[in-house]
Amino acid sequence: MTRGISRRQALAAGSALLAAPAIVEKANAQSAFDWKRFRGERIEVTVQLSPRGQLLQRGNQEFEELTGIRCGIEVVPEQQHRQKIIVEYASGRPSFDVAELSLHVNKRQVGKARWNTDIRPLIQDTNLTSPDFDFADFGAGMVQYATQADGRMDSLPAFADYFIIYYNKELFAARNIAVPTTWDEMYEAAKRLADPSRQVYGHVGRGLKNANVVLWSSYLLGTNQRDMIDGNRQLITDTPDAIWAGEMYKKFLRDVSPPGSIGFNWNECQTTFMQGRAAMWVDGIGFAAPLEDRARSRVAGKVGYALVPKGPGANHHCALFGAGYGIPEASRKKGPAWYWLQWALSKQNQLRFLTTGAGVPARSSPFSNEEAIAASTFPREFFQTLSASARIARAGLPEIVPVTQFRDVIGTALTNTISGADVATELRRATAEFRPVLEQSERES
Amino acid sequence: MASDIALSQAAAAETKRRRNYARHYAWFVVPAAVVVIAVIIFPWVFTLYVSAFNWHLGGEREWVGFGNYVKLFTDSRFGWAVARTLFYTGLAVVLPMIFGLAAALAFHRKFPLRGLARTVFILPMMATPVAVALVWTMMFHPQLGVLNWLLSQVGLPPSLWVYSAETVIPTLVLVEVWHWTPLVMLLILGGLASLPTDPYEAAKIDGANAWQAFRHITMPLLAPFVVVALIIRTIDALKAFDTIYVITQGGPGQASETINIFLYLQAFAFYNVGYASAVVVVFFAIIMLLAALLLWTRQRVKAT
Repeated sequence: MTRGISRRQALAAGSALLAAPAIVEKANAQSAFDWKRFRGERIEVTVQLSPRGQLLQRGNQEFEELTGIRCGIEVVPEQQHRQKIIVEYASGRPSFDVAELSLHVNKRQVGKARWNTDIRPLIQDTNLTSPDFDFADFGAGMVQYATQADGRMDSLPAFADYFIIYYNKELFAARNIAVPTTWDEMYEAAKRLADPSRQVYGHVGRGLKNANVVLWSSYLLGTNQRDMIDGNRQLITDTPDAIWAGEMYKKFLRDVSPPGSIGFNWNECQTTFMQGRAAMWVDGIGFAAPLEDRARSRVAGKVGYALVPKGPGANHHCALFGAGYGIPEASRKKGPAWYWLQWALSKQNQLRFLTTGAGVPARSSPFSNEEAIAASTFPREFFQTLSASARIARAGLPEIVPVTQFRDVIGTALTNTISGADVATELRRATAEFRPVLEQSERES
Repeated sequence: MASDIALSQAAAAETKRRRNYARHYAWFVVPAAVVVIAVIIFPWVFTLYVSAFNWHLGGEREWVGFGNYVKLFTDSRFGWAVARTLFYTGLAVVLPMIFGLAAALAFHRKFPLRGLARTVFILPMMATPVAVALVWTMMFHPQLGVLNWLLSQVGLPPSLWVYSAETVIPTLVLVEVWHWTPLVMLLILGGLASLPTDPYEAAKIDGANAWQAFRHITMPLLAPFVVVALIIRTIDALKAFDTIYVITQGGPGQASETINIFLYLQAFAFYNVGYASAVVVVFFAIIMLLAALLLWTRQRVKAT
């Protein structure tokens, strides 16, 4: 005999259901980390305009629901963002509680001025750090990249950006050309792949001053030298290896790149490659997402990914750039800000960045998530190139305070070589011009 | 005698009344004075003060007195920036003035759909400079831009536009001309509308042809308006920054690096605020000098 549910039972079950969220929340608070500790507080976060920044902005509601902290998130274009945060830091009262830092540009400047708080004590504080955070999951290389010379880690490493080769598989197949493994092979391949009658060029790369230095440093990382300053922090940008890298830069940009490359930044290069007008492009791995976007790119599904070629020297590195998130020393909301960092750079978010092509996470665990990688829209070759690049990555810019001025001066010299100027003369002139700037900066450090 | 005493008493009373008036109403000046001090005088004094330091944001401050000015006048990069600024300004003033004057004369005549044509002509002026710059940047792309496609349609060879050190400044001037010729046209059109008709009737009776009427009546009467347009255009061209920065960032190399771009780099890319402040002071002096010259010209035009 079966009995129906009585009215009393139905009322009891309804009450239990209504009470469930509160009971679960209480249970969580008691049994696990207290994410609601700073409920009702408000923080301000400033990040760069990029697929990563936009993902974090879109996920803001998730953070607010998890913690009860209200978060204002500001997304500013990269270059303006770097300037804005420095001016605000220098004012002594920055308007933000968390800021994204380009480690290859701002790290030493921010570290020298001690504008950010040391993250390590926060990580060690079990009251403030979730057991799920798992700092050991962060790659050692990225942790080192975010650590200052004095041992302070004043930003939590978030993403790496490796320089790789993007190549147009269709064009390579049409000419039956193999993926190059040395810079010389790449130059020869670029010459063979060019088809001026269809305005198709073998290569496209950054020619605009400042932006172009990272392409030159990619060549330099394949020589015996591989650095731009020596152990005594003296400039070494006019050595035979540096000049060889300059000659390679000149050859690629002058001989096998589209006319007008002298003014190309990454966006012009991206457009040219996306339209199928260039067979190869050496640039940051973060551009994979737009290149594979079928709505915008004519080469979606035809993009090949490869490790940067070897040079004539003993070294083989790809240029590494990176970003981290820091909490200003002047912030009065360090606790809530640390909560935001834990959420933003959680295993789950870092995996999202990897599988959507938004960036290379600083954590290791996303790379071992075979299931998520298999489900990604990116080809396996992309992830293989990424892993291989991680093993040979090395800083693509010197770790100095006036790094933007370095890029400006050396970049102008490189740009002049595209117009035909002598590489050795230009690099010696630029080195002589920048040397006193660096010396003064080092004296102040 | 009595009348003298009465007059002096009246004068004293008037002086006292004025003094009381000034005393009572002096407070009304305070808000304006505070604003002027806060947004003009203080920033200026502070800029002068900062220019006397070797000061990098986040670094040490070192008193150098006139050191930054000495360095500036021996800095060849700054010298080239001044030369480029003057070249750019010259072209970006003269060409819109010529085209603006021609357009104003054309639109002053009555013809069908004149109102619509005027509206269309002034549309570029309404657009935001940064948006304009982004659109032009796409059009200038040597391989994918529409401008080279248009050239190819009429059998002309492609140009490198802003992607060549030789053509970058004339190309940037092209954007400036497209953007700001309508403003010159509007200013001069306003002047044309206010001109009296009597001199033209007299000239017609005396047998003057169209060119003579333009040369001897229109131009002299229009001169004050032309000078006003010239002053506005010169100041605008000198301070041009947004379009240049968005399109070229001062490149290729330093081929389009004007004083404003140089200043911006020093202040916000190199964070060399002491040196940048010295650039501001010198640039301000250059602008004041040019403005004074143009105002003096305006006074002379008025007098004649």
